Amino acid sequence: METYYKSQHLADFPKISESSPELGKKFFDYYNAVFADGALTAREKSLIALAVAHAVQCPYCIDAYTQDCQQKGVDLEQMTEAVHVAVAIRGGSSLVHGLQMREHAKKLGM
Amino acid sequence: MRPATLPIRLEELAGELAQDRATARATQSLQRRGVPLASPAEQLRLLKAVLLHTEFDALAGSTLDPSALEIFQVNLGKLCNMTCRHCHVDAGPDRTDAMMDEATLELVIEAIRRTGAHTVDITGGAPELHPRFRDLVQAAIDAGKHVMDRCNLTILLTPRNAGLADWLAERRVEIVASLPHWRRPNTDAQRGDGAFERSIRALRVLNAAGYGKGDPARRLTLVSNPAGAFLGASQSSVEREWREGLMRTFGVSFDRLFVLNNMPIARFLEWLQASGNLESYMERLVNAYNPAAVSGLMCRNTLSVGWDGRLYDCDFNQMLDLEIDLPENGSKGGPHIRDFDEAAWRQRRIVTARHCFGCTAGAGSSCGGQTAQALGPS
Repeated sequence: METYYKSQHLADFPKISESSPELGKKFFDYYNAVFADGALTAREKSLIALAVAHAVQCPYCIDAYTQDCQQKGVDLEQMTEAVHVAVAIRGGSSLVHGLQMREHAKKLGM
Repeated sequence: MRPATLPIRLEELAGELAQDRATARATQSLQRRGVPLASPAEQLRLLKAVLLHTEFDALAGSTLDPSALEIFQVNLGKLCNMTCRHCHVDAGPDRTDAMMDEATLELVIEAIRRTGAHTVDITGGAPELHPRFRDLVQAAIDAGKHVMDRCNLTILLTPRNAGLADWLAERRVEIVASLPHWRRPNTDAQRGDGAFERSIRALRVLNAAGYGKGDPARRLTLVSNPAGAFLGASQSSVEREWREGLMRTFGVSFDRLFVLNNMPIARFLEWLQASGNLESYMERLVNAYNPAAVSGLMCRNTLSVGWDGRLYDCDFNQMLDLEIDLPENGSKGGPHIRDFDEAAWRQRRIVTARHCFGCTAGAGSSCGGQTAQALGPS
């Protein structure tokens, strides 16, 4: 492979079912059900997906959910705030582990 | 019906618009820039050159037939105080070349008195800029019609139109107002910096005149379209967000929301091409073709009258110079409002081309909003 990531992979995603149709069907049925309007609106779910896409740094998901958010009337300011939520959680997650560091340090230090 | 005052001269109007520094403008008209895409023939050529795997008639041709005439739509001309980036009319403050003259306006009023259509839908440009706008509204009201004013909002803040909102409210005219989004960024991206702030001010003027508060005689309909190469959001799902957002943030209210798709015509077509989105947008429209949207298409029940009196199936066909196709229209030249015959009109074949995919994509798109939900005009 020349590159690991190709934008065509996004359109080809359903092909993953070819080698395992039953599991593929279960996954995509579940996936579609997750994103339907429910207790949360499809728009709210799309924004969550956009934030998670940045947390897991998935270029396919970033492409897909930027488009999906725009289509659902979300503007750039709103999408950027969603990304900052992912950033805050990632950063906070690192920082809060600092408390573990402090416990180790206190135990061994004088 | 004679005007109470002499009509304002168009040059005088254009002068006022040229001096107007308060109104936002995103670009200039194609015509003013003298670019090839100013020509409808060039626009059709560009659309035809896109590689698509099917054509509109192959999908919708057999199911698209005329229904009874309900909407009599009049385009008063292309003069506008704004120049939005997505405009399918190529309207702007320079477009005094395409404005309905007195004689044509009289023919239109005569036709409105005769027509069985229940609604007169007035559009432009900014139709309120036409010197005889109020005469046309009054004539349609006197003929017992429901009147819709397709308003860009900011025009209500110009000195000449102070008091217009109250005047329209007294006559129960429905305001159908363009607002791309309920927040600033996408609105200003499409309409120019500062357009959003002035739109909100105009909505406050309308609310003060009694519009947008649930009174069917003072109905305020907002029309949103996407700020980019994607389809409109689902009308029902975004309406609540808009209602809450506009009230919470700006204290303004409205009665209903229409979400339209952008048509690949005029300035939006230019933008699609320049931004490298033309092929993918057309493909997106075709892939989102929704057969359920066809029965609600405006071209079935609408007569669209151009500024020069010529007749079309819709405002989009009007901008592409695609005139109505009457069964016997041999020697008369183009179909014109002076010859309008409703029975013959019912026999026409609706004229389509590739831009029509814009109206059948997703939930559908028409001057009356998303068509798959079968929204009535009033």
